[in-house]
This record gives sequence, structure tokens and C-alpha cells, in this order.
Amino acid sequence: MSETEFLLWVRGPALQGATIIFVLGMAVRILEILVLGRKRDLAEARGSAVAGGLRTIFTRSVPDKGTFKRSTYTLVAGYIFHIGLFITILLFAPHILLIDEVLGVSWPALPTTVVDATTVVTILALLAVLVHRLKDPVQRFLSHFQDYLVWLVTILPLITGYIAFHRVGLPAPTLIAIHILSVELLMVAFPFTKLAHAFTLFIARYYNGAISGYRGVNS
Amino acid sequence: MSKDRTLGETLRQQGISRRGFLKFCAATASMMALPPSMVPAIAAALEKARRPSVIWLSFQECTGCTESLTRSHSPTVEGLIFDAISLDYHHTLQAASGAAAEAAREAAMEENHGKYILVVDGSIPTANPGYSTIAGISNKDMLLDTAQGAAAIVSVGSCAAFGGIPHANPNPTGAVAVSDLVKDKPIINVPGCPPMPVVITGVLAHLLTFGTIPDLDALGRPKAFYGKSIHDRCYRRPFYDKGLFAETFDDEGAKKGWCLYKLGCKGPTTYNACATTKWNEGTSFPIEAGHPCLGCSEPDFWDGGGFYKAISTPTGDVGRAAVYAVGAGAAAGIALGAMNRAKHSRAEKAHEKVTIDDLDKEK
Amino acid sequence: MAHMTDAETLPVTAGESLTYNVQPLLHEIRHALAKLLDDGGHTVIDLRSIPLAPGEEDRLLETLGRGEIVAQLSALGPSEILETRFPGVWLITHYNNDNEVIGRFIEVCRLPRILQAPDEDIREAIENLEAQLALQTGER
Repeated sequence: MSETEFLLWVRGPALQGATIIFVLGMAVRILEILVLGRKRDLAEARGSAVAGGLRTIFTRSVPDKGTFKRSTYTLVAGYIFHIGLFITILLFAPHILLIDEVLGVSWPALPTTVVDATTVVTILALLAVLVHRLKDPVQRFLSHFQDYLVWLVTILPLITGYIAFHRVGLPAPTLIAIHILSVELLMVAFPFTKLAHAFTLFIARYYNGAISGYRGVNS
Repeated sequence: MSKDRTLGETLRQQGISRRGFLKFCAATASMMALPPSMVPAIAAALEKARRPSVIWLSFQECTGCTESLTRSHSPTVEGLIFDAISLDYHHTLQAASGAAAEAAREAAMEENHGKYILVVDGSIPTANPGYSTIAGISNKDMLLDTAQGAAAIVSVGSCAAFGGIPHANPNPTGAVAVSDLVKDKPIINVPGCPPMPVVITGVLAHLLTFGTIPDLDALGRPKAFYGKSIHDRCYRRPFYDKGLFAETFDDEGAKKGWCLYKLGCKGPTTYNACATTKWNEGTSFPIEAGHPCLGCSEPDFWDGGGFYKAISTPTGDVGRAAVYAVGAGAAAGIALGAMNRAKHSRAEKAHEKVTIDDLDKEK
Repeated sequence: MAHMTDAETLPVTAGESLTYNVQPLLHEIRHALAKLLDDGGHTVIDLRSIPLAPGEEDRLLETLGRGEIVAQLSALGPSEILETRFPGVWLITHYNNDNEVIGRFIEVCRLPRILQAPDEDIREAIENLEAQLALQTGER
């Protein structure tokens, strides 16, 4: 298979397959949660559930002091790589082009040099997270195969993307194909692992906030 | 056409002074993308170089490669190169034809056995040898026969290097590249549709000057010309880095010379010298003229996913696949959710307790 | 530029952001000049090897300007060797017989090598002059 054919396969049938698995899988997971429903609270409402739910979606993004003190390393590294992922995935011109082609929406991009630097920072943050997972006794005890797998499929697109952008080692078409393939791997792993949190977090936060808001308390 | 005289003697014979020779070496070094500091070495090598015999075979091609070479560029330098080489056979350019021409080719092959340079343009059909013949001899036979006594083979153009346009889907003639048929000779691929004329002569100049094969990349292309991608040498790169793209061929961005990535430019995945050396004596190249790079020096560029589709976009219909998947997923999700609810209420009715196994399910 | 035809009538602006290679090139020339004074080091820059956007080469050549010397060489077509307005910085443009540019170099030196008479040519000159003298004495 020539490098062009490989790139075409990756951009074509492989991407379609990965998209189907990703969308189908996530639809199943989200709907399963929604259809399961919540236990009805028979007490009298003291506040607004909806307002509480919606507010919590945002307020949960700010860690409380106690958690921050106890897990500073995890939180800081975690924030860095999440923000880094946001920037490298959604604010990079060729990615925005892809989203525009598939969904029809686009927005301004950051200069590629900024995204390039952010990629390096994100990779370092992810490495820091892995080191902590391996060294901290509690985290090591709790970690299983899936945790390491998820870490790997998250860092691979960053590394392959960085190499593809700088075009070192292999010819450019092959590097870009490997990068797209690594993203397809991430897409396929999404619905079956804790990566689904990227979508389910909104539901979880809403439920928590709604429960508390109904009772008229802060969450 | 004495082949025993060195190039230096030949030039001197033509009344060219040492200064003229140095000018020739400077232009040749520039053409071979070698640094000016190498000019003395090139001068020394060219002085002593003997004229190699060159046999040029044209197979399934459009003659664009020969046109590119002969039509353009500093005829003086190229002309000298061609005076320096002994072009013993080129069926488009030569005066003789038919049996006489073939006899000339065979004579040259015998006389210079093991030392001549074989230049090929055009792909070779394998589905039926009758698809392309010269003087009744199939391309495949002529190639394999002529390749035997060659010192090196230069595959000029994407057709000879990778199969080119005949090789594109559905490849009715079974077209293949030279390297698919000849396995035991050094092959230099000079792809491009057509290749840059300076690259063709640069490769010949290298063979002439140093008598060795230039450094080749993984696809057999001389690194001197194909070592950098168009993207890395493109003058519109600052616009790419800033995210300023032309959306159509005549919008404001296009007029301001913004990056053509969105219009399908294959610059990032293409290796060639167009961005620095340019065409028509350094006048311009496709991107400068406002058209995205086609990627013509890469294998299978004709089938490369559309000339006007950006590299980062999918080639299949991902949108439709996603819509079907959402539909199917929603249905499955609701069904599973309903089953879960049923299981839940059954468990409640049976007063089942939550066990550690239920919580451990994640593992 | 000998080769520019319709390009001159099209609005080509060297304006905004382009390859930014003009400034680094000028810096390189400046360093080469210092080196020339220091240890007599001779530097040659092949302009064909550096990506320049349309108009940038013109801007570079405009900046370098013309100095006190212009020399024409006729060998395998014309060549122009001129000292820019920065003494020690020479611009050499080689043309073929059809006045197409086949090479353009910037040389930082006291005198470009191509202007100096090479040994082989001098040897041939001695032969020719001797022959000429022999002819003249022969006549007398």
C-alpha cells in the first residue's frame, strides 16, 4: 500500500467506521443514563432544581479549597492537560477545517506556533499525571488496565500530531495518516471507557446540582 | 562526438574560457542545489568527467517530461549538459526512426555495456504488452532488455517513478512504475507531473560530475531536490501559521495571497523543489499563481482524495455515517435503558440488595 | 529583471508578511563583511536556494543598490557583476544567451573570483601573445 493509499484509507473508510462506533456508542451510553431516570423526590421543592443543575455544571469546574489542598498535583496537572487538549484540538486551524467540513461550523484559530508550544506543555502534563499515578500508592492501588489504556490513547494523538506537524522521521503523508489513525483509536475507545466522561459529566453535574437545588441548598 | 575527451577538453575546444567554465560550474552547482563553496570541487570533477552514453526510453507518457526539459530554461547550461552527455537514443527528439533507430540503440548498448545511463519516462503497461510498443517491441521487454547493461536508471516523471496517471483508478492498462519491474539496478526517481526541469538536469549533472548516485530518500528521490516539503518552503506559510486562509479562488483572502490549505493544497504532504526553485526560470509556481499544490511528485496523487479537498478533511461521508449512528445508537440506548429500568424495578420488587459485585462492575 | 514580462503589470506587493527572509539575509551579509575584514574570509550566497516571495527579491536588490563598479562578462552568455552600495558586497547575475537568469549570487569579498584572470586563461594568453609576437617578428 503506498503512502497515499494509506492516508486515503485513514481519511475515508477508517474514519467512517470510527465515527460510527463513537457516535453509536456515545448515543447508547447517554440514552441509557437518561432513560434510567432519577428517583422522584417526594418532598416539597425548596428551590429550583433546574437552576441548581445548570449552575453546578459550571461551578464544579472550580475545585473547592479542601480538594485542592489534598490533591494539588493531580488537579494542577489535570487542568493543564485538559486546557491543553481544548486548545490543541479546537483552536488549531486544520482541525477547525475538519469540523467545518463535517458540521458546518467554524471559528477563528490560534497561531500555529502557539498551538505547537501548547502541545508540548500538554504532553508534559500528561507525563506528569502518569508518573503520579505510578508513584502515589493510593492511585497505583486503584489503577487498572483501562486507566493506562485511556492515558495512552489520549497522549498518542498529541505525540503523533506534534511529529506530523514537524515532519521528522517518516515522510509527511505517512505521519499525518498515523496521527489520524491515533485519533480514530481514541474515538473507538471513547464509548467503552471512562473517556465517556467528556459527555456524561454534564449529566452528572446537572443531577447533583438539581438534587441540591431542589432542596434549596448549594451544591 | 568523441566520447574519449573529458568535459573540460570539450568545453575548451568550443572556445569557452576558464571564466566561462567557472560560470557554468556556478550555475550547475546552483541547479544541483549544492552550496557555492562546492564550486571548486565541481569544477575539478567536471574537468575530468568523461561523457556518458545516455539512452532515453519513452513509454506510456504524454511527453510532458521531455517538453519540460527541452522547452524551458537556460539552454546554455542544459545545452552544455546535453552536449556533455551523448544522447544516443531518444525516440521523440532523434532524427532517425524505425529500424535504424533501434539499431543505433542496440549499438550504443553494446558499446557502453555496464556504463550507460538509462532514462525512462512513462509508465509500463503489464495488462497486455500490446498496449504500448515501440518498433513492435513491448515496453516491458524493451525496459528489461535495456536495463541489463545500464549503470543506473533515472525514472523521469511521476509515470515512470510511481505509475502516474495511467496507474490511477481503475488502471485499465495495468500500468506500473520502472521500480516495479527492475529490481537489480540503482534507480533514481525524479517524480513530478512534469518534474522540474532543473531537477532532471541536476540529476544528470550529478551523475556526470561525480559519477555516483545522489543521496536518495525512502521513495528513491534525490534528497537535494525532494528533501523538503513544499509547505516548509512556501512563502505563504506565515498565513497558514496565523490561520489566514483563502476560502474560494476569488475572495479577499485569495487576492491577498493567503494560504490555500482550505482549497486543498497538498503542500504539507508533498516533497519537491517548486517553492524555492520555481518554474520558468524562477518566475513562479502553482501556489504563487493562486492554485493549491496538487502533490504531483507523490505516489498516487491522482487518487489522493481530491485536488480541492483539504488534507485534514475526511474523504468519505462522515456526516451521513454519524447521523445513521446517532439514530441507531438512540434506538439501542432507549432499548437498553428500558431493559435496565425493568431490571431495576424487578430488583426493587424482589428486595435485592446492592452487592460489592455491582459496584465492582467497572473492573 | 531580464525575465519579468507581464508580472510587472500585475499588482505584486512585497508588502505585508512574507517569508521574512530579507532581514536575515541582510544580517548574514553584514556578518560576512565583518568576517572579510577579520580574516579575509570569502562568502558566497546562492539566492536561488532561499525561498523569497514575489517582490522580496526586488526589495533585497533595491536595498543593496548599486555602487561604484559595474562589470560585464561575456562567456556563455552575459553576466553582470556589480558592487552594491555596500563596498565588499557584490551582486553577480548570470544570464544565458537568451537573457534568462541562470544564477544569482551575492559574494562578499574584495573582488569576485570570476573577475580575476585564471591561470589557465593566462597561460593561453601567453601562448597567443607569443604567437602574435612571432608573427610580427616574422613579418619584419
